[in-house]
Amino acid sequence: MSKPVDHVNIARKFIADEDHIQFHDKRLWSMRELRDKQAHGIPEWEDLRALASQIKEHTLSNLAGYLEEFERKAKANGVIVHWAADAAEHNRIVHEILSSRGVDLLVKSKSMLTEECDMRPYLEERGIEVVETDLGERIQQFDNEPPSHIVVPPIHKLARDVAEVFADHIGTDRNNADPHYLAESMRQATRPKFIRAGAGMTGCNFAVAETGTVTVCTNEGNCDLSANVPPLHIASIGIEKLIPRMSDLGVFIRLLSRSALGSPITQYTSHFSRPREGSELHYILVDNGRSKRLAMEDFWYSLKCIRCGACMNTCPVYRRSGGLSYGGVYAGPIGAIINPTFDLKKYSALPFASTLNGSCSNVCPVKINIHEQIYKWRQIVAEAGYLSFSKKMSMRFAGKLLGDPKRYRKWMGGAPQLLAKLPRAFLYNPMNAWGKQREMPEAPKQSFHEWYAENRKKENK
Amino acid sequence: MNSRDSILAALREHAPAAKALPDVPMFDVGLPETLPQFIATFERMGGKWAGTVADIEAEIRARFPDARVVCSAVPEVAGTRRIEDVSDPRTLEDVDVGVVRAAFGVAETGSLFLSEAEYRVNALGYLPQHLVVLLDTADIEPNLHRAYQRREFHEARYAVLMSGPSATADIEGVLIRGAQGVRSLTVIAAPKV
Repeated sequence: MSKPVDHVNIARKFIADEDHIQFHDKRLWSMRELRDKQAHGIPEWEDLRALASQIKEHTLSNLAGYLEEFERKAKANGVIVHWAADAAEHNRIVHEILSSRGVDLLVKSKSMLTEECDMRPYLEERGIEVVETDLGERIQQFDNEPPSHIVVPPIHKLARDVAEVFADHIGTDRNNADPHYLAESMRQATRPKFIRAGAGMTGCNFAVAETGTVTVCTNEGNCDLSANVPPLHIASIGIEKLIPRMSDLGVFIRLLSRSALGSPITQYTSHFSRPREGSELHYILVDNGRSKRLAMEDFWYSLKCIRCGACMNTCPVYRRSGGLSYGGVYAGPIGAIINPTFDLKKYSALPFASTLNGSCSNVCPVKINIHEQIYKWRQIVAEAGYLSFSKKMSMRFAGKLLGDPKRYRKWMGGAPQLLAKLPRAFLYNPMNAWGKQREMPEAPKQSFHEWYAENRKKENK
Repeated sequence: MNSRDSILAALREHAPAAKALPDVPMFDVGLPETLPQFIATFERMGGKWAGTVADIEAEIRARFPDARVVCSAVPEVAGTRRIEDVSDPRTLEDVDVGVVRAAFGVAETGSLFLSEAEYRVNALGYLPQHLVVLLDTADIEPNLHRAYQRREFHEARYAVLMSGPSATADIEGVLIRGAQGVRSLTVIAAPKV
């Protein structure tokens, strides 16, 4: 077990820079607004969400059967299918495929699963160069950071940060932070890699059991280059990605990019069913904790996730703390409920990085009850004894206060006056997180209880 | 037990109670006319709509006057290189303009269906700097549900719904065309011969 992630303190560092936090917050919120516009443009939007949820729950309730069907179809299609119980086995399989064919350069498109498996360092230690070809993912690879957002990996960076990273790694002008210049420089640096690479790797958004098809949704064209230029294509697939039928894709593709970026579809929605003539296609089906999660009565619903990031875009805590502060592969509300299944102690702070406002659940395209799961994880964290000292103490105080009506009224009776009289420094100081970046609303002159008692008296007269 | 069998056994042991698989409706009643809808969405996704042109070859020359290598997979355009003569996808690296015909379009998302049947060499859709796609405007499905009913999805080794040029907004949210794939995507209306 590793050290607990200190979400609050990592976030503090990110928040310290006003430019970063302002941009981060606005950019994510604009994605949420674009998502709303798309959702409102489709009369059957809520039907699609319900269908997506039902299809996923059905598939997960018969996942073994669908995996067998998927494997059978894929094999009949000439695909070589591998199974990996965990990250270590996944990485071993990838290395075995590459080394046995003498591949020393792998071009890959973005995959949260290979992040989860920490595959890059494993291959690089064994002499295989791994090139992330998604622009955002490449920025994060260079900077030796995990993606801070599922869909937009370097969303916490400004162009000037990217200029620094590229200057160090591909020799661009450190003082030129024009995004067009930076993106074009990356194109020039990456394109020759596609030509030289011995293999390409992709993730998988949806795996269709009926046809043995892997579907990948991207915008840059790097997935299609990775899969269609080198003579070998490996697709890593989380076992929860299964859906029964080709026709189910209609539901999920309509939801995915609209929920993620607010665009009707990704630029490229690619379907791989059989190897290209004269080339090899490998699927690696990866468990890595998923079957264990399926056994968790309250939490298996998180396996419905289609990795759109809508819950991150809408989350007030994520928007104002940054993805890296979650300290795991998955950030935001979905990270708060997935990461603890990997390591409860390490990620014990994440279920508290939420206001339980429920917005995440409301935008989730597959209707995962995210905020309810966050609440349930809090109870598990508390029972396991992983609450921080200050949280334990303040909860004990609040518990006593809220559990005793007399004591509560006595305290509340003085609270508004107390708040009004407090010197600013008491509220707006580094010790009080609630006083940061916001002004306190004016406290009402009396509590509701006092108002009710007074008016009730008047009425009874 | 090997990993395959132990994963399947664990999934069987812990499977949640069976849930029914719903039927998915086509949601295709009262949809807008396909061609105007296709053009509007395709342009929103960053595609260029050229409409019907008198001479396709001349149109491509006029749109890409500096192009040295035009690689064509369609009989309507001769180009400077025939896709039939390409065996290694990597040799498409120097292509300025690729030309291919889509099997059909999708109005809802402004998408073009392309597979190895159309490309012959799939990399034709991604390695060239620019891509020109011919589309029979009589063959546009109204939405994705209808599109996924097409037999082409079941026949293709590789199939893509292409809905615009390569794009990224990974750096400070600034939209850039031509991240790794084609810098521009142009559709010319042309009935199938």
